[in-house]
Amino acid sequence: MKVKRDIEFLEKVEELSGQSVNACIRCGTCSAGCPFVEEMDVLPERIFKKIVLGDKEGILEKNTMWICAACFTCSVRCPRDIDIAKIMEAVRQIMLREDIDMVDIENIDNIRELPQLAIVGCFRKETG
Amino acid sequence: MAEEEDKKMIEIYVMGRRYKVPEGLTIMTALEYAGYKYVRSCGCRGGFCGACSTVFRKEGDYKLMMDLACQTAAEDGMFLVQLPFVPAVRAEFEIDELNIEENDNVMLEHYPEIARCVSCNTCTKSCPQDIKVMDYVQASLRGDIDRAAKLSFDCIQCGLCSIRCPADIKHYHLAQLARRIKGRYIDPKSSELEKMVQELKEGKYDEELEKLCDMSEEELKKVYDERKFQKEG
Amino acid sequence: MEGYLYYPGCTLKTKASDYEESAMAVMEALGKPLVEMDDWYCCGAVQSLTTDDLMHQLAPIRTMCCAQEQGEKELVTLCDMCYNVLKQANERVRENPDDLETMNEFQDEDPDYLAEVEIYHLFQILQDMKDDIKKKIVNPLSSLRVTPYYGCMLLRPEKAAIDDTEDPSVMEELLELTGAEVIDNPKRTECCGSYHTVNRSDIVEKRVKEIVGRAVEDGADVIVLSCPLCQFNLEYHQRTTEFEVPVLYLTELLALAFGISVGMKKHKIDPIKKFKEKDILE
Repeated sequence: MKVKRDIEFLEKVEELSGQSVNACIRCGTCSAGCPFVEEMDVLPERIFKKIVLGDKEGILEKNTMWICAACFTCSVRCPRDIDIAKIMEAVRQIMLREDIDMVDIENIDNIRELPQLAIVGCFRKETG
Repeated sequence: MAEEEDKKMIEIYVMGRRYKVPEGLTIMTALEYAGYKYVRSCGCRGGFCGACSTVFRKEGDYKLMMDLACQTAAEDGMFLVQLPFVPAVRAEFEIDELNIEENDNVMLEHYPEIARCVSCNTCTKSCPQDIKVMDYVQASLRGDIDRAAKLSFDCIQCGLCSIRCPADIKHYHLAQLARRIKGRYIDPKSSELEKMVQELKEGKYDEELEKLCDMSEEELKKVYDERKFQKEG
Repeated sequence: MEGYLYYPGCTLKTKASDYEESAMAVMEALGKPLVEMDDWYCCGAVQSLTTDDLMHQLAPIRTMCCAQEQGEKELVTLCDMCYNVLKQANERVRENPDDLETMNEFQDEDPDYLAEVEIYHLFQILQDMKDDIKKKIVNPLSSLRVTPYYGCMLLRPEKAAIDDTEDPSVMEELLELTGAEVIDNPKRTECCGSYHTVNRSDIVEKRVKEIVGRAVEDGADVIVLSCPLCQFNLEYHQRTTEFEVPVLYLTELLALAFGISVGMKKHKIDPIKKFKEKDILE
């Protein structure tokens, strides 16, 4: 499979997360513990493989990082001490910093009932 | 002219162009001295209408500053531009249909972007009225409408807070909603006002009003001079 | 000060006011009242995780600076998410003093934050007051079967954890003091779905089915927690299930056991009905 290698993307992810993606040994512990993995297009560890290969395009169209809820379960269990939540955040930020929003803030159906925590948290993670 | 030669002249830059103006003028009168005629960005000239929002830098100071042109002295080396308008669309609402008893998220509902506030305080630093802008945004987020209304009381809607906000908040519209809700729902109702409105509707004052309308100027003046200040009895 | 300086966070004032009301009553009864900070700001709810983002660290730093300026070295919060953000932000500036310097220079209209304030979650305070709590129990909840739910923010990441990340016990120990029967729930540290409740409520519904479903299977009457977002998710999203399990803040149960009457007004699933069924309330 030919992949267009974007080294800048890999470097940016490592810079923003402060983590070494190459340290991943593909053991699958992160995916095994993630409570949201059923909703993801692609498992977290496959995302890392794509980052290492510099396959930026292959990642940006997936939903993995948007399903991630930053619950840190993966981070505390990784046998290589990689803070995986930070890597997910880095990929999200690379996209959000293009000034795009992944949530339509003006059209939230039950905004009257939602606790402020949910709204503030969602906007922090999903708006640019 | 001898008068002008005595006066010290300073240099200001308006949209990058250099002008010599006498020291001691406000930014507004300095621009007029330089030959600009105001068709926008000018109103009461008294620091109250919020029309003359100005963004400027002072010589030797890296900070980007904001203030009203009619209230700020022009300084040597000042580099400025005026904002004729700040784009901030107001949320639509019917004041009579806001049920704040049941809906404690009423501010968030109309201005959801307040959840993006990062507490950077840029809005407060921009305010020419020294209002605690960030504080009233935060009060709105936590549902304390009374506090938001009180803190924003002096707002003249100049828009300088909103133009720099990284969270794209429309502060002055948010504050307006808070004050309207406070006036309509939180403040105690004035029984005198309700009584007066009722009396007007019943036509209690119609006859007197008609009499006044039919009076000549001399008669009006006489009635005015002899008016009573307080209610009898 | 007598008591503790307390940071509410936005949600405690409206949506989670039951939590604030009960916590204040309980701490008052224990002789260590919670005193709200004079000034405070929304912490941001979630920690910003990129190395270069200082803007989103401003909010927690600003609040901790307010605590510092009130002369306090300890700040207590009720909300799990606020606790996690403040704690992580504090550790971050301690590990990166250059970043703290940059933020202090940016916030030049306020005093510098010196990173000397300590952040605590209410449970950390309560776990050191077990004897005092025992003395105040007048209404043991012996007929009630409770199951604790920790969620994420009290336990992860490790630098913010108030207990063991995989096998915590602080809530169980506090609940045992009330006389209630504590039921284990193996899903008690699994994420409820968090902020996905805003635009992916289907995800939260699945999580709620699993977490609450397991609690019901094991015979729990009520679920007990301390995070206002988890509380909303676990209660509100039971509407698409056949469950009807009240979700309570731990301090509400403590108040009940102390014999203090508290409102419990904002619950979507009425706990009063359950308490009457179990003869804890008349």
